Amino acid sequence: MGSTSAENHGTEGVGRRDLIKRSAALGLISVPTMSLLSACASSGGDDSGDKAKAGKKTAKNPLAVNDTAGMEFVLFDGGFGKEYAEDAVKIYEKNFPQAKVKFSATQKIQSTLQPRFNQGTPPDLIDNSGAEQMDMGVLVGKNQLSDLTPLLDAPSYDDPNKKVRDTLRPGIVEMGQFDGEKVWILYYAYTVYGVWYSQKALDSLDEQYPETWDQMLAVCAKAKKKGMAGWTYAGKYPYYIPFSLYPMIGKVGGREVLDAIDNLEPNAWKHPAVKACFEAYYELYKKGYVLKGTPGLDHIQSQTAWAEGKALFIPNGSWVENESANVIPDDFDLAVSAPTGLDSSDAMPFGTIWASGGEPFIVPAKAKNAAGGMEQLRIMLSEASSKNFTGKVKSLTAYNGGTDGIPLTPGLKSGVAALDKAGENVVNPRLQDWYVQLQKEKIGVSGLGEMMAGRLTPAEAIKKIQGFADEAAKDDSIKHYKHQ
Amino acid sequence: MQHGKYRFIVGFLALPLGLYALFVVWPFIQSIYYSFTDWTGLSPEFKMVGFDNYSRMLDDDIFWKSLQHSLLFALLLPVVTIGLALFFAFMINVGGRKRRNGPVITGVRGSGFYKIVYFFPQVLSIAIVALLFAFAYNPDSGAINSLLRGVGLDDVQPLWLGDPDLALWAVMGVLVWSTVGFFVVLFSAGMASIPAEMYEAALLDGANRVTTFFRVTLPLLWDTVQSGWVYVGILALGAESFAVVQIMTTGPGGPDYSTTVMVLYVYQKAFRDGQAAYATTIGVALLVVTLAFAAVVMRLGRRERLEY
Repeated sequence: MGSTSAENHGTEGVGRRDLIKRSAALGLISVPTMSLLSACASSGGDDSGDKAKAGKKTAKNPLAVNDTAGMEFVLFDGGFGKEYAEDAVKIYEKNFPQAKVKFSATQKIQSTLQPRFNQGTPPDLIDNSGAEQMDMGVLVGKNQLSDLTPLLDAPSYDDPNKKVRDTLRPGIVEMGQFDGEKVWILYYAYTVYGVWYSQKALDSLDEQYPETWDQMLAVCAKAKKKGMAGWTYAGKYPYYIPFSLYPMIGKVGGREVLDAIDNLEPNAWKHPAVKACFEAYYELYKKGYVLKGTPGLDHIQSQTAWAEGKALFIPNGSWVENESANVIPDDFDLAVSAPTGLDSSDAMPFGTIWASGGEPFIVPAKAKNAAGGMEQLRIMLSEASSKNFTGKVKSLTAYNGGTDGIPLTPGLKSGVAALDKAGENVVNPRLQDWYVQLQKEKIGVSGLGEMMAGRLTPAEAIKKIQGFADEAAKDDSIKHYKHQ
Repeated sequence: MQHGKYRFIVGFLALPLGLYALFVVWPFIQSIYYSFTDWTGLSPEFKMVGFDNYSRMLDDDIFWKSLQHSLLFALLLPVVTIGLALFFAFMINVGGRKRRNGPVITGVRGSGFYKIVYFFPQVLSIAIVALLFAFAYNPDSGAINSLLRGVGLDDVQPLWLGDPDLALWAVMGVLVWSTVGFFVVLFSAGMASIPAEMYEAALLDGANRVTTFFRVTLPLLWDTVQSGWVYVGILALGAESFAVVQIMTTGPGGPDYSTTVMVLYVYQKAFRDGQAAYATTIGVALLVVTLAFAAVVMRLGRRERLEY
């Protein structure tokens, strides 16, 4: 069937998809011809011929966008919705009235876009997020992404004397790098991870948020007496536990411990700080401070139980306010805190928190109008667009600031306060974006999940997790990264 | 009048065979080809790597676990599903006591109602069934544990999907629940075509229900049972097990890989980890398992066809 010569050009994935699509429409007779054509079309080297010509570089158009070229933008339609992006697209259309913008939002990023990457015809800007996120390591490794340095060095949308990179929150640029200087990803949202709770429930116990583990245990004991569990977590997705556990490890042992873990260094998990923190969490289980049945709950179920007041604390990210909006009571007084440490001998002060970028935006290397994609991002990083996002979806953006003058919800306000308190002490463990399977399945489900369900002791969990990390370090089929 | 016979046959077969080759055989061949490359699924570039993917697969603990679970599905699910369906179908159609003025061969009282009840899950999409049961298995507020609490079993509150020893069985139970009805109806249809005289003769000879089932019903239904067996086995290896495991135990396939099945692993490798070539390798393994399963069932089930 068809031309097998395509295989030699290394474009067969394309050939077949095309072949099936078109043959359905055109009938069987044309199949061999079409497959031959499609194979030839996409095997002719790079598609530079299709690329939009650069426009004129002006103060208003620092990226030299061709004002007549079309621009295509595909957004992940998730917890943040699509309205914020549509608003930004309107600004692009206003600035370039002759350009035709094609905007679409989908939850199926990978199934929609994977064939287009294989074909060499990806859109110009993608929000590569959600359950169907495409593996960034592979995209970078296979040279499928554009370097966003021109965008970062361009003047910001609001102030021509300030570069875009100077308007971003700390850590955003670094998160978009893999190894070396180039920046492949721009994380648009800014997530605060930590321990989420109801200030009202805490007040009803006459307690403050605990700063040391002894205080934590005391608060949990008090809650238990009132028939309330201390903690719950997404038992079916125990990789939510790290949202408070990892920064605690960083607080207890210092940043180097987290960096060593991210770098997959031998025996990184055997550090005493890791052991101490694992034991502290295990104690929650042993003392019966974890809501009964938690290991069988998914994230929504655990968040619901927590919002109903069955448990006091839950490790989560700042999206929880939007995601659980319909189950959180009006007088809940949602708050987030940096994780509790062990005691005063910890390496970092109380307030050390995990915050990092979310919603990764990428501009494909083979995009026809890469400059247009970057310009769209530049618009989104303006103060007005950032405020629009924060006001609409209760989350911060990568733009540093942009919260003045808009009403902040309790959770968001508490998140901003936590960031202020943390100051420089923001940690950003990278396992979850560098090594997805290791973080989620192996460390999360098979390690932490089993330990918190009481089926592994902390020592056993550490041994198992170290084994997983060593395996990943040796595995050639995944790309390895190091902190710079 | 043999003239043009072959041309006639070829004319009729060319189109279906062509479609079959294009949409079934050709993708298989391509998958096998890809399993020898390092294709990521995210870029058109790849190169041949020989048997690397296969040797990697043989060293992969998760692959072996998923294979083990898939085999368990393929062996156990047909036994339970077909066994239950045969029992139900027999009781609905043949197992009833003779009522005054009624037909000699009849089902238990209310059999028409049961038939609908059994078939009901079949009209629900497997995704809905899986979601419903995910809620029912919720250890905190789910229907099953609430029921246990309701009857006073406060201490028996299993974690169900959160317990590595139970998760696979919990998932399998859902598949049984959702597929049994189809086979009840299928076997009912088969039983309806068995002549009533055979049963009457058996009854006159003093056969009880068990004997009737094993001596009359099952042998005459054998062909249907066998195709059902292959069908449910392939479902268990493929689409249905994927759906329930992906939806109910979500993400990685249960606590500590306790419910990972081969199809789920293929999906994860291809669409999460950007390792499409390795995924096709596991897919080839799945193909081998499926073919072997079908061959074994056909071989073991071979027996003389009874004419009636």
